[in-house]
Amino acid sequence: MFGDFETRWGKVLFYVLITVFVLMTISPLLWMAKMALVSPAELDVYPPKILPESLDFTSFKTIFGDARFRSALVNTVVIAGFTTVICLSVGSIAAYALARLKFGLRGPVLSMILAVAFFPAVAIIAPLFLQFTNWGIVNTYQSMIIPDVLFALPLTVYLLVAYFRELPLDIEEAAKVDGASPMQAFFRVTLPLSIPGVVTTGLLCFIFAATEFLFANTFAFDSSTQPVTVIIPQFATQYRTDYGAQAAASMVVTIPLTILVLAFQRRIVSGLTAGAVK
Amino acid sequence: MTESATGVDTKPRAPGGLVRGTLRTLRNEFTDKERRLGYILVTPAIAIILAIALFPLLYAIWLSLQEIIINQSSSFVGFQNYVDMIQDPDFHSALINTTVFTVLSVSLELVLGMAIALALNRAFKGRGIARATALAPWAFPPAIAAVMWRLMFQDQVGGGILAYLIRSSGIYTHPILGSDSALIVAAVLVDVWKTTPFMALLLLAGLQVIPQEVYEASRVDGATSWQQFWRVTLPLVRPAMLVALLFRTLDAWRVYDLLWVMGNRQLNSLSVYVYNGVKISQLDFSLGNAAAVFVFLSSIAIAFLFIKVLGTRAVD
Repeated sequence: MFGDFETRWGKVLFYVLITVFVLMTISPLLWMAKMALVSPAELDVYPPKILPESLDFTSFKTIFGDARFRSALVNTVVIAGFTTVICLSVGSIAAYALARLKFGLRGPVLSMILAVAFFPAVAIIAPLFLQFTNWGIVNTYQSMIIPDVLFALPLTVYLLVAYFRELPLDIEEAAKVDGASPMQAFFRVTLPLSIPGVVTTGLLCFIFAATEFLFANTFAFDSSTQPVTVIIPQFATQYRTDYGAQAAASMVVTIPLTILVLAFQRRIVSGLTAGAVK
Repeated sequence: MTESATGVDTKPRAPGGLVRGTLRTLRNEFTDKERRLGYILVTPAIAIILAIALFPLLYAIWLSLQEIIINQSSSFVGFQNYVDMIQDPDFHSALINTTVFTVLSVSLELVLGMAIALALNRAFKGRGIARATALAPWAFPPAIAAVMWRLMFQDQVGGGILAYLIRSSGIYTHPILGSDSALIVAAVLVDVWKTTPFMALLLLAGLQVIPQEVYEASRVDGATSWQQFWRVTLPLVRPAMLVALLFRTLDAWRVYDLLWVMGNRQLNSLSVYVYNGVKISQLDFSLGNAAAVFVFLSSIAIAFLFIKVLGTRAVD
């Protein structure tokens, strides 16, 4: 497809294409870093210069000096953290049953859980809004954690079923021969052995909940509960012409996510593609 | 118990006919310790789905058949809300925007994703780095990605590098953020940037299971690389491709955050239409609910179309 890989020119062309692809992927990030780190005066220069000439932390000072931004960071971590813990608890036992135990409705149950991945979230915001208003939980963490758990569940179960199935059965069998119940086998053998898989799944759950916007934008009204995904777009109004502050805010969110993904990329890739080829 | 755990499912066939057999199987489902445990363990997950997805969905359908004025009485109006919705010009723009966005972004992502997957499928120095950097934007919140790209699309300011490049190259000389059609193209670009790598990874997984011998055999038969791609690679990668396509299409069809933030709340999509109806102007609450049900039903229709027409299993 990319010329004959064996010839020298084919090889050069191939590497040029790969380099272009990598550059296209990271250049928006580099540009945001540049916007966030140059002095306000340099940022105003038009036409824009590609390379930065000054180093200045004004933009970061602006956003970290903003109490709304600081609390948004905390809110995101709390919402995503609780979602991850609940999802892993509910998801891991369900995944164990679906991976290891034989029961009649196993197929339909798995399909039902996975089908949620295709469910349009917007279809249920009105009923949930009415329900949450009745319960008095709009503008609380719960109002976002509850739907986030629902939509992170298919991914969780899908990944954990794949991980549990990869474990050799013999170890569990041996535990059962030694008199362990299926639950004991799960908690003492299967779960400890799949810690890497559980950690990767938890990470993806966390990323999913941290990137969620629709429910946060519907159920959170003020900075006491709004996560970064809601607060940062609002900066476009608040810091109307302070583009550096907007760029700095987006860096604060995307840099940790990039580091997490780079650190776990091998596991994430193998996890996400585990079922796609079966 | 060991029997069923090793995967041999031995359901006893009852002699007394179908009904007794079914009853016995049913009773077996709940008396057998392992089977019962299976049901107990999936109960929390199923409860969450029933309570937070299915019940609200049915409630939404019921609401869409009512004329509702907030804090006042409601009355059953049949399909009147759907009729009103279909006649609403805002719904038309939402439908058109969503369709254009979905078709453009998914087809671009498929073509580019396939090219990248083919490239990544060969062993070369730096493959790990290329794959890792490719994945990073996928983990970004769409709302934040939209903020980043909006900054680059700002017209005539220092940060608006893309607007500057596009303007000076003469491709488009008006403010990009000022026009709905330009905004949709811009949103497609953001989506392509964010999701193509993910598409490529799914396709790559499909490519990696194609045995090398198949390629060698076709090369012996004198096939060119081009023929090889259309006759060997594509048919074999088809199942993985359809799963990726279905997933991406349904994802694009419910697009909300990207268009909402890119268009600074002014750009319409089906999800934005629902949101505006039920959240912003509560006068259109019933209309928004009708649209919500429409989004759900159209998603099912799209999934059905993929599975029937293109013929494969959607969910394994």
